[in-house]
Amino acid sequence: MSATAVRRESSVRSMVDFYATTIRTQIQTQFQYRVALYMYTVGMVTEPVVYLVVWSTIARAHGGTVDGLTPGAFAAYYIVWTLVRMMNIVFTPFGWEWRIREGELSGQLLRPLHPIHYDLASFAGQKIPWLFLYLPIVVALSLIFHPTLDPNALQAVVFVVAIWGAYVIRSLNNFSLGMVTFWTTRVGAIFQVWFLAELLLSGRLLPLQLMPHWTQTLSAWLPFKYTFYFPIEALVGGMSTSSLLVGLGMQLLWTAVGTAVALGMWRLAVRHYSAVGN
Amino acid sequence: MRPLQLAALYVRLNVMNEVQYRANFFIAAFQSLLSVAVGLAVLALVYSHTVTLNGWTESELLVIVGVQILLSGVVHAAIQPNMERLVDEVRDGKLDFALTKPEDSQLLISLRELRLWQAVDVLSGAIVVAVGVARLKHSIGIGHALGFVALLLLGALLLYCFWLVLATGSFWIVNMWFLSDLFEGVYQTGRWPIGIYPGWLRYSMTYLVPIGFAVTVPAQALTSRLHWTTAVVALAFGAALSLFTRWFWRFGLRRYSGASA
Repeated sequence: MSATAVRRESSVRSMVDFYATTIRTQIQTQFQYRVALYMYTVGMVTEPVVYLVVWSTIARAHGGTVDGLTPGAFAAYYIVWTLVRMMNIVFTPFGWEWRIREGELSGQLLRPLHPIHYDLASFAGQKIPWLFLYLPIVVALSLIFHPTLDPNALQAVVFVVAIWGAYVIRSLNNFSLGMVTFWTTRVGAIFQVWFLAELLLSGRLLPLQLMPHWTQTLSAWLPFKYTFYFPIEALVGGMSTSSLLVGLGMQLLWTAVGTAVALGMWRLAVRHYSAVGN
Repeated sequence: MRPLQLAALYVRLNVMNEVQYRANFFIAAFQSLLSVAVGLAVLALVYSHTVTLNGWTESELLVIVGVQILLSGVVHAAIQPNMERLVDEVRDGKLDFALTKPEDSQLLISLRELRLWQAVDVLSGAIVVAVGVARLKHSIGIGHALGFVALLLLGALLLYCFWLVLATGSFWIVNMWFLSDLFEGVYQTGRWPIGIYPGWLRYSMTYLVPIGFAVTVPAQALTSRLHWTTAVVALAFGAALSLFTRWFWRFGLRRYSGASA
């Protein structure tokens, strides 16, 4: 084995080590605060339940469907939504203000790893305890709202891949968004515009087929729908094999774009950083 | 009179502090505009698929959305900052500074913070309510308007009690980072008439989490749906919840031990 090959192998191994250790620590940390986690989950689950109740009410008032979607279909959409949303939670761009103000970042800069690895690994680790807390909620919601859900094996596999794709894309995008904090401290309004666009164009608020046509066209050109609508529809929507694969391809494309933007933004942003306290 | 004097003093102090940062007003106004925009967009989407939602027309629901935004302004300006400070101070043991003052502790911890600019939501919510009312088919009398204002105040009181009960939990649970998320999540249910929710959820949203009383009942007064029994129940419930909150606060306080104790 050549010297460079050895070096490459050991750097891959140390990266795997880093991810494994961070994930393990996060699992333990999260399980410590079960009550807090459950309360947070309750707050989060309210959002889809509200949407679900509203749209089921409309469906029932119109002979059982809204544009072909039955209350059962809405139930399936919004119950899978909770799972996708849980996967979707990543380091908030609002957190960068704290990292910069408290000088938290200085420590991270000393590490030999790009800081995004830490965010990716730690939030990936948090997903596992969350999933445990989630299962009873999903079961309860299913018993109450009776979703019509009948995925085949391929859909299930694509779903499992797609929720991780959604996680990576949203991590990268929110990382890039957080970089804005290096230039200005008044970021709240900017972030809010972004999350508003996400709410309306991602399928978070309602299944995209219920949106006006021009918004559907718009969201086809943006990354948002690959972090909500696509993973959900992969499981509940009865998509064809080819459109499932196209969707995964688009996730890959947005991962590549997101990586490039995140790395570029980071290189520009970190030049603006000066630690607090020195 | 002393509580009022104290409140006036804290308001003056906080206002003096806030007007130092006038640019924040424009940011708060912009953010308020966005939240109105979201409310309107959601409403437009829903009513592009239906004419009424559980008997509520678009204009009537606009009144609910307005009330919800208005009350969220009250919460963000006057209630939430106090409660978050309380939770932090219980954790860090800094509550001593409030407890050693010769005033009622509940009063004191509820008055200390005021984010003036956040109150811009009160204004934009009121405008949304006015637009909704103007588009209603029937006009409303002065009696309805007064009832609306009274029930709105009651709604603010209910939300205050609910927040304080949650925040008092910090005497038992140290890690309370989820509180704001929990409240924001649950508060979103107030965007819709409470009648659309299934029974168990409707009852828990009325009595357990008093969003239903806080938001829907004032809106009912403006849309001529309010029966006087509902108003009486709301009043009685407000009184009972205030007493419970008071008791629970004192009960929790007994568990408090300062930072070094």
